Amino acid sequence: MTNRRTLLTAGLSGLSLAILGGTASFAQASTGSGKFVFIILRGAMDGLTAVVPYGDANYRSLRGAIALDGPGGPNGTLPLVDGFGLHPSLREMHGLWQKGQMSFMHAGASPYRERSHFDAQDLLEAGTTELSSARSGWMNRALAMLPNGPSQEGVAIGRTIPLVLRGPAKATSWAPPLAPESDGDTLARLSDLYEGDAMLSNALATAIETDRIADGGNMLSGNEGRGRQGAYAPLASAAARILAAPGGPAGAVLSFEGWDTHANQGGAQGQLANRLEALDSAIKALREGLGSVWGSTTIVVATEFGRTVRINGTGGTDHGTGGVSFLLGGAVKGGRMLGDWPGLSHLYEDRDLIPANDVRQLFTQGLTNAWGLDRQAVLSHVFSV
Amino acid sequence: MSLNAVIAANRFGLGARPGELTQIARDPKAWLLNQVAQTQFTTVRSDGLLSSDQAFEALQSYQAARAAQRRADTAPNPAVNADERLRLADLVSQTTGREIEARIQHAVTTPAPFAERWVQFWSNHFTMAARNIQTTPFPGSFEREAIRPYVWGRFDELLVKADTHAGMLIYLDQAQSIGPNSQAAQSQQGRRRAAGLNENLAREILELHTLGADGGYSQADVTEFARALTGWTVAGPRLRRLAQGSKTGTTIFVQALHEPGSRTILGKKFPATGERQALDILAHLARQPSVAKRIAFKVAQHFVADDPPSALVARLDSSFSQSGGDLSVLARTLIQSPEAWAPEARKFKTPNDFLISTMRAGGASTASTQALRATFEQLGQTPWRAPSPKGWPDVASEWAAPDAILKRIDWANLAADVIGEAFQPIAFAETALGPALTDKTKLAISRAQTARQGIVLALMSPEFQRR
Repeated sequence: MTNRRTLLTAGLSGLSLAILGGTASFAQASTGSGKFVFIILRGAMDGLTAVVPYGDANYRSLRGAIALDGPGGPNGTLPLVDGFGLHPSLREMHGLWQKGQMSFMHAGASPYRERSHFDAQDLLEAGTTELSSARSGWMNRALAMLPNGPSQEGVAIGRTIPLVLRGPAKATSWAPPLAPESDGDTLARLSDLYEGDAMLSNALATAIETDRIADGGNMLSGNEGRGRQGAYAPLASAAARILAAPGGPAGAVLSFEGWDTHANQGGAQGQLANRLEALDSAIKALREGLGSVWGSTTIVVATEFGRTVRINGTGGTDHGTGGVSFLLGGAVKGGRMLGDWPGLSHLYEDRDLIPANDVRQLFTQGLTNAWGLDRQAVLSHVFSV
Repeated sequence: MSLNAVIAANRFGLGARPGELTQIARDPKAWLLNQVAQTQFTTVRSDGLLSSDQAFEALQSYQAARAAQRRADTAPNPAVNADERLRLADLVSQTTGREIEARIQHAVTTPAPFAERWVQFWSNHFTMAARNIQTTPFPGSFEREAIRPYVWGRFDELLVKADTHAGMLIYLDQAQSIGPNSQAAQSQQGRRRAAGLNENLAREILELHTLGADGGYSQADVTEFARALTGWTVAGPRLRRLAQGSKTGTTIFVQALHEPGSRTILGKKFPATGERQALDILAHLARQPSVAKRIAFKVAQHFVADDPPSALVARLDSSFSQSGGDLSVLARTLIQSPEAWAPEARKFKTPNDFLISTMRAGGASTASTQALRATFEQLGQTPWRAPSPKGWPDVASEWAAPDAILKRIDWANLAADVIGEAFQPIAFAETALGPALTDKTKLAISRAQTARQGIVLALMSPEFQRR
C-alpha cells in the first residue's frame, strides 16, 4: 500500500525519502470514545507572560518592562487562581476557565534540561526520560492502547507527522492545499546569516522589501507568512472538521510555530500577545468546529521549555526551563492550577523557573480523561515513569 | 576531513549523499579521475523510454490522427478536442515526463556525479530544447543518443553526433532546409512549394557550438555552411519518396535536397563531396584555435568561477588543442589544475544544482516527477526547456535575483519537512557540507526554533548555495 504521508510531502516538495509510516482512512464508525488534541507550541512559549504570577513578590522586578498587572490593573490580566492571571489576549481560554473547562500547570517541564529547541521538542514528543534513537511518540503509544478499530488512529495537521504521533498505531496527516510561504522569522534569521555575503544579503533584502510593498506595507513578524497572516485558526478548524466527521480519528496533533521571542516580545500588546491571540482563536475555532463533539474533547497545550525569568537586553527572553501548559476542553473538569508553584525567589541555574512539575503528568491526565485509559497503565506503558 | 572532499563532491559533482564525503576523503582526486572515460557512468537507465525515432513516430501518428479528425469535423467538436488533448498529454508524458524522471533519478543516485555534471555541461553546450509540439518528444532521447555516449571522446565526434541528430535537425530547422539549386527544388513540385535554404543550424553551430560570436566568421560563411548542410534531414512522411528505405525519424542524407557545388568557409574550399561536405566542414571547425579557447573558458567558468582564472583557461586551452579535442584528457586536466581546488566556493548553484544537491544530501532514492517538474519550473530551470539554443546561463547574476532566492526558501521549507524526518539539522548540515560548514551557519542552525527551520537554514546557507 502506498504511504499516504510520503505522497503528500512528495506532492508538495517533489522530494520523497524512504520513510516508514502508517496509512489511515476515516471511513468507518466511531467507537464512541472521546477526542484528544495535542497542541505543540514550537519555539518555547514564555510561560510567565501566558500565565502571570503577579502575586509573586519577585515577579515585577525580574520582568521589568514586560511585566503585566493583576486583574483590574492598567495592563491587567484575566483572573485565575489567587495570584495568577491569564494574559489578556487569551479571552476564549479564560471563558473556558470560568466554565470549569480549563486547568493549567505552571513550572512544568519534560525531563530535558538543556536548551536546544529541537532536542527539547523531540523529548517532549517522545515522552521518554532521555533522548534515544527510538522514534515513537507518546500519543501514538497511547493510541495503540485503544481497542482495535477504525478510530484507533491519529491525524497530524501539517505536511508531515511529528514524532509525538509516530509509532505502531495508525497515523496520517492532512495539510492545507496551499504551499506555505516562508515565514518572517526564517527570513530574518537568513538575513542575519547572509551578513557579509553581499550577493545573497542584497537579493534577500530586496525580495523582502518587494514583498512588503506587494503586501500593502505590512511588516512581517514572528511566524506570519509572506503575503498573508500566518494564523493558527484555519488549521484548528481543519482539525475540528476531521475529528468531528463520522468515524473520525481519536486524536489530532497541531503544531504552532513562532514562539521564540528573543527580542521585543512585548507585554499586554506586541509580538507575543499576537501569538497568544492567534492561539486563543485556534482554541475557539476548535470549540466551534467540533460542535457537539466538544463535550467529549480534551486538549493539551504544551511547549518544549519555558523562557528565562529575567528580561534580556533586547526586550525579550532566552531559552529557559519551567513553562506553562494547559489542559482544556468540553470533557475537562477544570478550573484548577495543577502541580506546585516553586516561586521566583530561587531560580533554576539562577535564570529559569524551577521545573517543579513533570508535564508528562499533565499529558497522562489528558489521555485518561479523553480515552478512558487507566492512569497507571498510561504512566508505565506510554511514559515509562 | 580535508576540504578537498567537499570540493570534489560539490564543485565537480552534484553534492554529497549521506556518507559520501567520508568515502571521497580517502582520495578526492582519484575519486574524480576514476569517473573519467567510464561510459557506464554516463549511461542513464532507458527502459521504458522511447528512442528518438519512436518518439518521432508517436508524434507523427498523433498529428495524423488530429488532421484526420479535423477533416472529418465540419463544426468545432469539443469532445474531439478533449480527446486530442488527452492524446497529446499522453504523448508528452510518455516522452518528456519519463525522460525527466530518468534524468533526475540518475543525477540524484549516481555514484559518479562528476561524470553526470560533465554530461549536463555538454548537454547544455549543445542545447536541444522543447520549444513547440514538433520538438517536445526529443530532448531526452537526444541527450541519451547524441550526448551521453560521446562526452569522453573527441570534441569533433561529439559535434557531429549532436548536430546531425534528428532532434537537433528539427530543433534548428535544418530538416526543412533545401538547396535552392538542388534537384528537388528545381523539380516542378519543388518550385511550387517555394522551398529553400534555412540558415538556423549553420549559424548556431558557428556561434554557439564551435567558434563563438566573436570567432571570426562572416555572414557569407553562415550561408555557405547552410548550403553545405542541405540534404541532412529527417526521414518522415514528407520525404516518403526521397527517403525510401530509411527508418522514419532517423537522420538521413538526401542528395536530391543538397545544394550542388563546392563551398568556401573561413577561406578554405570544400569540394562537392555530397554527404561528406558538411562533415568535413564540421571537422575543420572543430580544429580552430577559437574553439579550444572557447571550450576552455566555458569549462573553467562552469566548474570554477563566473570569471575564471586565466591560468586555468590557458591550461585547458592547450590541453584541448594538444590532445586534438580529447574530452577525457580535458576532464583530467581540469581535475589536476590547482585553481579548480581553490578553497573558496565561487559558483552559485543553479536551480538544477540546488534541487539535485538537496535531494542527494537528503539521501533521496526516488523522485516524484510531477511535483519536481513544477518545482524546476518555479525555480526557472525546467529540464530541456532552455529559453534559447544558447542554453542555460552559467553565471550567478542570472540566477540570484531576489524573487528567485525567495522561491528557493519557499521550496526549502517544503523539502525540510521531508528531510527533517530522517535527519537532525546539524547532522544534516555536516553530512552535506563537512568542513565547509561554517561556525556561523552551525550556530544559526543550532538556534533554530524547529528542526524544519534548522534544515531550511542549512539548505539556504551561503555554503550550501554555492559549490
